Amino acid sequence: MKNAIDAVNVTKVYRKYARKKQFATLKSALLSGSLVSELRPDETFEALRGVSFSVPKGCTYGVVGRNGSGKSTLLKCVAGITKPTTGSVFVDGRISALIELGAGFHPEISGRENVFINGIMLGLTKKEIQKRFDEIVEFAELKDFIDAPVKTYSSGMYMRLGFAVAIHVDPDVLLVDEVLAVGDQGFTVKCLDKFAEFRRRNRTILLVTHSLDLVEKFCDQALWLDRGKTHGEGDPKRVIAAYLVNVEKAEEQQLAKEEAVRVAHAATESQPTADEQQPHNPVETAEAPPDMFKATEGRWGSRELEVTSVTIVDGAGTPSHVFQSGDPLTVRIGFRAHAPMRDFVFGFGIFNGDGVCCYGTNTNIDELEPDRLSGEGEVRFVIDRLDLVEGTYKFDVAAHKLDGYPYDYHRQLYTIRVKARRKDVGIYRPPHRWEVTGQVTFREPGSGFKRSTDDAQD
Amino acid sequence: MFHHLRALLKYRGLIQTLVARDLTARYRGSVLGFFWSFFNPLLLMAVYTFVFTVIMPGAHPADIQPYGLFFFCGILPWTWFSSSLTESANVLISGGNLIKKVLFPAEVLPIVSVLANLAHFILGLPILAVLLVYYQRPLDPVELLWFPVILVVQFFFTTGLALLLAALTVHFRDIKDILANLLTLWFFSTPIIYSMQMAPEGYRWVLNLNPMTHLAISYQEVLFHVGPHGHWKWLLAMGGVSIVVFLAGYFVFDRLRDSFAEEV
Repeated sequence: MKNAIDAVNVTKVYRKYARKKQFATLKSALLSGSLVSELRPDETFEALRGVSFSVPKGCTYGVVGRNGSGKSTLLKCVAGITKPTTGSVFVDGRISALIELGAGFHPEISGRENVFINGIMLGLTKKEIQKRFDEIVEFAELKDFIDAPVKTYSSGMYMRLGFAVAIHVDPDVLLVDEVLAVGDQGFTVKCLDKFAEFRRRNRTILLVTHSLDLVEKFCDQALWLDRGKTHGEGDPKRVIAAYLVNVEKAEEQQLAKEEAVRVAHAATESQPTADEQQPHNPVETAEAPPDMFKATEGRWGSRELEVTSVTIVDGAGTPSHVFQSGDPLTVRIGFRAHAPMRDFVFGFGIFNGDGVCCYGTNTNIDELEPDRLSGEGEVRFVIDRLDLVEGTYKFDVAAHKLDGYPYDYHRQLYTIRVKARRKDVGIYRPPHRWEVTGQVTFREPGSGFKRSTDDAQD
Repeated sequence: MFHHLRALLKYRGLIQTLVARDLTARYRGSVLGFFWSFFNPLLLMAVYTFVFTVIMPGAHPADIQPYGLFFFCGILPWTWFSSSLTESANVLISGGNLIKKVLFPAEVLPIVSVLANLAHFILGLPILAVLLVYYQRPLDPVELLWFPVILVVQFFFTTGLALLLAALTVHFRDIKDILANLLTLWFFSTPIIYSMQMAPEGYRWVLNLNPMTHLAISYQEVLFHVGPHGHWKWLLAMGGVSIVVFLAGYFVFDRLRDSFAEEV
């Protein structure tokens, strides 16, 4: 089959500072073919570096990648809005780009006139628009407002109309850049249905999105861009799995870095005051905040019993900061006591991003009577199933007396991120299932592009 | 470049629609709407006539009577010219969304500016006709045949400059600021409020270097002065100049085209 899009070795170089050093003279402006050729490398930014791919006719092709990976630039090169600095892009057939919706709308004139003008801008003739006009208005759900000036439209109405016009251009190649966020659920479903119709008619779609679900369910092939380079290409499921692993790794590194900074910060703050030379008066020098549950991150305590290390590990015992919901998790708390002691409690707490305490307990609450403790050792808090919804959570780790007198309190110094493919809400996800009786059926996951309640796997 | 020029024909429908949009959108929301196209030149004429016949009655010679009509013949095409340029200098930047986000032939935008202002110019002609009837100035139908020629010459000249300005302003935004002053200087260097005969002998050659001089004189010859169109040789020479200006403007525009999406 012939390819609808062929991109060969596409490189796009941007100027880094928008208006710093422009053409020195008018002459150089006219003579230099490429704008960036004279610039030094430190003044340029390579948005794309030798990206090649081809999309067969009738294929739906997804492009994923983190922010700044060059997805939009790639789309613009394919659309012909910008030219690649080197390399070439070939597109077969009429293109419609859903990059900016309603880009050509004039605010003063009515929606009706704008539909015509926008359609002509996108390459339709007046007659073609006439024929599709009702369908466009119907699709945009703007029947009552089509004769009002576009400036009176809400941003949602504006986008919907733009989307409706662009999609009714009936292109051979449709370029979509993250525009599905324009309407309510119903509208999104309608857009996806329209895409599905495109597919059935053997049209080509190039889809740039952060919605991995969409790529996985909808695309025949996927491309993963990372800092302007192709990082993977092929079967969407495989590409996305690899991408997710990479995203988690990056998040992991980020969290580890932040945690190191936080712990170091807390340590330097409390060290000079909570010195072991002054154990007789520890509370004055390292006072606990008045309201324990409103406190922000920090560390305090007398350090008679010191928490020397806190490590969060996954089921395999590997230190980790990113967990899938339902994974096992263990908090390893290393301690050192400067003298043998009989009054000690280890505590643990989980807070969500809003600072709400999701769970808290300690050895005393859990009815573990302290007997004796000396020297160094490790206490482990083991969670078999981390049934939290997706989000960022912070941990408290503490060692204190039975009466609450703090030895070493680590307040929200440890952060993990919980990932879930299911976007359920709240804090806690009890293991659950749905059972039905009567005339209720649900479609099989993956059939159609509508989101059903049970289509994710984790 | 010529390949692109040919593509312009393909955009006829688009240009047409955009000009219509410009015209309808401009007066949308104003009470008098389209009538402003008539009133604006009329008011301008009233101002200048007041200045030159009431405040400085001796400032213009007796041979340009009635002064209002003479001025009107010059100011109408001048307004077309100067508003086209002022708008074109801004048009790529204000239309940035189209250039950055949609596959859109950028040269359409300055051309639309020129054409929309041409439409205003043509809408002003009925007033000119009324004035001619009022002052009982008979028009020579043979001479009137020159009118479309002048129009075409001015169109190419203006469009060439509009393309040039539109393209350069993207890179040198200073142009927008200097342009208003340059146009004022240009206005007074063109025999519109005065006639060529009033200019000092020694400076006439300077005025003759100004292309707009010959366009203004041509309009005045055809519409105002009685007698045959004595300026046609200059006009035809201007025709050549305007073609050169148009091609040069288009060449520059074409060379800088790829940079627009990044610089706008």
